[in-house]
Amino acid sequence: MAGLTLRNVGKRYGALSIIKGLNLDIHDGEFLVLVGPSGCGKSTLLRMIAGLEDITDGTVAIGNRIVNDLPASKRELSMVFQSYALYPHMTVAKNLAFGLQNFKMPKAEMERRVAEAARILQIEKLMDRKPRQLSGGQKQRVAIGRAIVREPQLFLFDEPLSNLDAELRVQMRAELASLYARLGTTMIYVTHDQVEAMTMASRIVVLRAGKIEQVGTPQELYTRPQNLFVAGFIGSPKINMLQAKVDRASGEAVATVPGLPAFSLPTLPSADDGLTLCVRPGAVHIGAGEVMTQGTIRLVEYLGNESLLHIALSSGQVLLVSDNGKTSYRSGETISIGFDRSDLHYFDAAGQRVEPIQNESRLQ
Amino acid sequence: MIKRFIARNAPGYIFLSPWLLGFFLLALGPILASLYLSFTKYDMVSDPRWVGFANYEYMFTRDRRFWKALEVTFTYVALAVPARLIMALSVAMLLDKGLRTIGLYRAIFYLPSLLGASIAIAILWRQLFEQNGVVNQVLAVFGIEGLAWITNPDTSLYTLVILAMWQFGSPMLIFLAGLRGIPRDLYEAAEIDGTPKWRQFTRITLPLLAPVIFFNLVLQTIESFKTFSSAFIISNGTGAPADSLLFFTVYLFNEAFKFFRMGYASALAWVLLLIIGAFTAIAFLTSKYWVHYENERD
Repeated sequence: MAGLTLRNVGKRYGALSIIKGLNLDIHDGEFLVLVGPSGCGKSTLLRMIAGLEDITDGTVAIGNRIVNDLPASKRELSMVFQSYALYPHMTVAKNLAFGLQNFKMPKAEMERRVAEAARILQIEKLMDRKPRQLSGGQKQRVAIGRAIVREPQLFLFDEPLSNLDAELRVQMRAELASLYARLGTTMIYVTHDQVEAMTMASRIVVLRAGKIEQVGTPQELYTRPQNLFVAGFIGSPKINMLQAKVDRASGEAVATVPGLPAFSLPTLPSADDGLTLCVRPGAVHIGAGEVMTQGTIRLVEYLGNESLLHIALSSGQVLLVSDNGKTSYRSGETISIGFDRSDLHYFDAAGQRVEPIQNESRLQ
Repeated sequence: MIKRFIARNAPGYIFLSPWLLGFFLLALGPILASLYLSFTKYDMVSDPRWVGFANYEYMFTRDRRFWKALEVTFTYVALAVPARLIMALSVAMLLDKGLRTIGLYRAIFYLPSLLGASIAIAILWRQLFEQNGVVNQVLAVFGIEGLAWITNPDTSLYTLVILAMWQFGSPMLIFLAGLRGIPRDLYEAAEIDGTPKWRQFTRITLPLLAPVIFFNLVLQTIESFKTFSSAFIISNGTGAPADSLLFFTVYLFNEAFKFFRMGYASALAWVLLLIIGAFTAIAFLTSKYWVHYENERD
């Protein structure tokens, strides 16, 4: 097992910069998820760690050893690919053993490792099959098995569940989590799916355009997003964003949001006239809250354990409201909704989080 | 039922029609006629005279040049086909490395194959390998005295094998397409597992390329059995020196159009067809042991 240290890591293709001066410490035994939209550089970063892409700037160290110039095979890591990358002409057993044959390992040890991986992943009955005779989930298991048999100090996963259907994805997610619990090896996992990131990660790195937007535990990212991008990216259903004008004429900061009554703001370390206020759909309540308004239901998405209401304010802005699903609503209905100011996230004009200094303000 | 068959298959047949028409109107007649003629004595002046299996009997029992032609052709096929395929695969693998100017290189490397069948290249080849040709002049620079490559019966066939090797263009393009079809991440997975390049080639590239290798092998074998123009030009149409370039097709041509033994030449043609058919059949029969098809159902 090993930790990983990234210092000023960059990747350029000619004039195009994909990864820009990243600094990151990945702890030994951590399940770290790199998440971000398509093209944010997360897969490139993973491939740089794997040794499949050159590192243009900075250093990558596994443990205490800088691996920039070390070939992939010497980095003692395993990688699971999105496409599974199984050798189509080999049986499952041969796929599992193929990598080990390069390490001049005694046959008995090789067989032990293959058998152990097959047992852990419950693929013992599939050992004589070729990949084309396997379902997507089975292929993914074999791909993971091929990573396990190496007994690496680091696991890399490149969107391993993207090709699976929704149900299987949930199942494999749980299996990967339990595999991590069993092995305790450092894992770096790339995904664009924030649900995968939230459910599996010890810590999440949110990337955008080759830069780190925030690093933190799933709870930290959810409860204290550092900027508007992270606020919008993490959490499903998506956070509500309200543009507020701040009036400080009366000596107290008062926020005006179209479609809402004016309300006083806590003391914020920001002198901006415009703020973005964010509130999670689950923090908007029907018929209750410090700041209340009326809205018209545009759409009801019934999900069983909850209903997701799309509610249009008088300004036309639509707020997402997550309700417990016990009351049935119809679209077109007018209802009152509200939220508590303590549930608001504040972002300045630059989109950076501002933290209230005190929370004493009253509703006007 | 017939309606459904037509509805389902009509587009295919419409696309096939130029070849189907060509085959039935232009090829099938002569093919059948040649089968008939192979059982006759026919000099193109008088009418064909039925001789039964006499042509075939003469061929297999008394005609020493027939056996010589077989020997030359088999030797050529045995050398030229692997040489061309190895060359084609090597160049395809170089091009597959993703050169920026790959389109240009592909065209340049394909050029010899376009020109290859032409008379001009065969003439050029003869000049290259003549006693005073370019090859010997280059060798002379290194103090090596070259042979008369083409007029020496011991070496003449090999100059043609080299010519065949140089015409690797079309199998190369097919290999290149095949190589492009092998997913990159299989190599990346192998790379991470520390698989040496040679083992990647033998354990990943070759097995996954097997259907393409098979296709090229069959095509090139057929092509090589039919080699004519280069051998004809270089040997001045005779198979000389000492019948060392007496390719089956050259022999057949001479029998037909020099000596006007059309009946015998037709019999030769049918024997060549059976030989090619037999080799193709062997290739297909053995393919299940070494060709892996991705979409095969077990």
